[in-house]
Amino acid sequence: MKSILTITKRELRSFFDSLMAYIMIVAFLGFSGFFTWIQGRDIFFVNQASLQSFFSIAYWTLFFFIPALTMRQIAEERKTGTIEMLLTKPVSEWQIISGKFLATLALIIIALLLTIPYYITVAQLGPIDHGAVLLGYLGLILMSAAYICIGLFTSSLTNNQIIAFLLALFIGIFFHIIFDILSNGLPGILGNISHYLSMSTHFESISRGVFDSKDIIYFLSIIMLGLVGSEAVLTKRN
Amino acid sequence: MDIKLENLTKTYGFQRAVDDISFEVKTGEVLGFLGPNGAGKTTTMKAITCYLTPSSGNIQVGGISVLENPDEVKKHIGYLPESNPLYYEMPVIDYLRFVAELQCIPREKTDERIAEMIRVCGLKGEKHKKIRELSKGYRQRVGLAQALIHDPEVLILDEPTTGLDPNQIIEIRELIKKIGKEKTVILSSHILAEVEATCDRILIINKGKIVADGSSEQLRKQAQGNEILKVQILGGDRNEVFQSLRQINTVSLVDMLEPDESIFEIQSKNEAQSARPIFDMCKEKGWYIGQLTPVETKLEDVFREVTAN
Repeated sequence: MKSILTITKRELRSFFDSLMAYIMIVAFLGFSGFFTWIQGRDIFFVNQASLQSFFSIAYWTLFFFIPALTMRQIAEERKTGTIEMLLTKPVSEWQIISGKFLATLALIIIALLLTIPYYITVAQLGPIDHGAVLLGYLGLILMSAAYICIGLFTSSLTNNQIIAFLLALFIGIFFHIIFDILSNGLPGILGNISHYLSMSTHFESISRGVFDSKDIIYFLSIIMLGLVGSEAVLTKRN
Repeated sequence: MDIKLENLTKTYGFQRAVDDISFEVKTGEVLGFLGPNGAGKTTTMKAITCYLTPSSGNIQVGGISVLENPDEVKKHIGYLPESNPLYYEMPVIDYLRFVAELQCIPREKTDERIAEMIRVCGLKGEKHKKIRELSKGYRQRVGLAQALIHDPEVLILDEPTTGLDPNQIIEIRELIKKIGKEKTVILSSHILAEVEATCDRILIINKGKIVADGSSEQLRKQAQGNEILKVQILGGDRNEVFQSLRQINTVSLVDMLEPDESIFEIQSKNEAQSARPIFDMCKEKGWYIGQLTPVETKLEDVFREVTAN
């Protein structure tokens, strides 16, 4: 556990040292703030004290930002050879992967914490369903964790960051929207499978305030699959 | 801590990078690992440090198998990879602290160990600089510092002196020798003189197989076999000298190296020594010896002989 935290600490520091963290946070707050408060189907348009519109915008912004954060995490270590330095220290592949995962997740949580003023503001405007907001945030965190794991996995496959980024988006877009579209078009069992695989199905049910273990299991499965997959790729280096 | 390789084989696809090699390194021994490019030096080192898993065979470090308990083995090894990978964005001191934490050095000892490494590796002036800003030689020192920080029982150095200036090379060699008295050290190098100067034992591998093993004297003797002398005999006709030399019964071959200065190369018969008979001959004929030098086989010759085909 200590080794995991050592890796997490270093990764977080490198996010902040490389300005990546600041750029990500500012861009995230900028985008989500703009579309939540100013443009389009914003909070005032709904005529209801709810953070729904923020959640659906964050759902998209995080989808694009996360691969940009994860793309260098393993790919760069492979390229510069520092992965060899790490793996010849008494740490396992699993510890390295989970340390990196936790660091990125921590950064996303920091970014989400900075949107708490939205919540406070909206709560001032009218009666708000506190449970739904809490679950909405939980949904965002779970979804981010899933995309981080997909991103880590693609980053472990290559030592080219751009390929890692595009591959993560490519895999991600299936979960993000394509399965959803397919589920409407495909008949019978295929439609049901697509419906189950679609991230939006599960995210929407959580962010509407429905806490169902089925959704939690869905997210945790993607997370575990991504982590185990990256570990397997790292272990298979020879 | 002893290192023991048993029938280590490592294949990449169809290519055998390391082919069934076995050897043992004892505590207090500095082993020099020599071989042409692609001979399998780095692969062997990566296998010992648990970065690569052997295709077959086993490696034991202090009796612990790398196959069964790699994490325990890694704790006892300090490793400087060939390319010396470092996190360029980190300041030296933070990087050393990161490695110290990974090596599970107790918190209260960390500062002491870092200070010690900075002193030993001469990084005092650069400890707050980012690694990116350092010259190659200083980066190499950082690489060495991270390998030594947990005071490992086994030190594996893949070309440790590349990029260093002559003064630094001497410093690092002294350091390796000092460490090698109590610890087990394996180092690879392209510089034969360096291996000769620092190592107690030399192992030459070629195409994944061990082709020579022994101290530099042993290797030289093995390659050379018979005594070779270079001698200049003056005061007589060179042809007469040549004939007389050939008649000495310990001499098997005489070659005129520089006829004008009457310098000869003389190879003795097996186990025989020719210096005294040559001297006696000169005394008898009234000639005198201008110079007499034993010709040593250089390590370069040994290297070329065992790796050429």
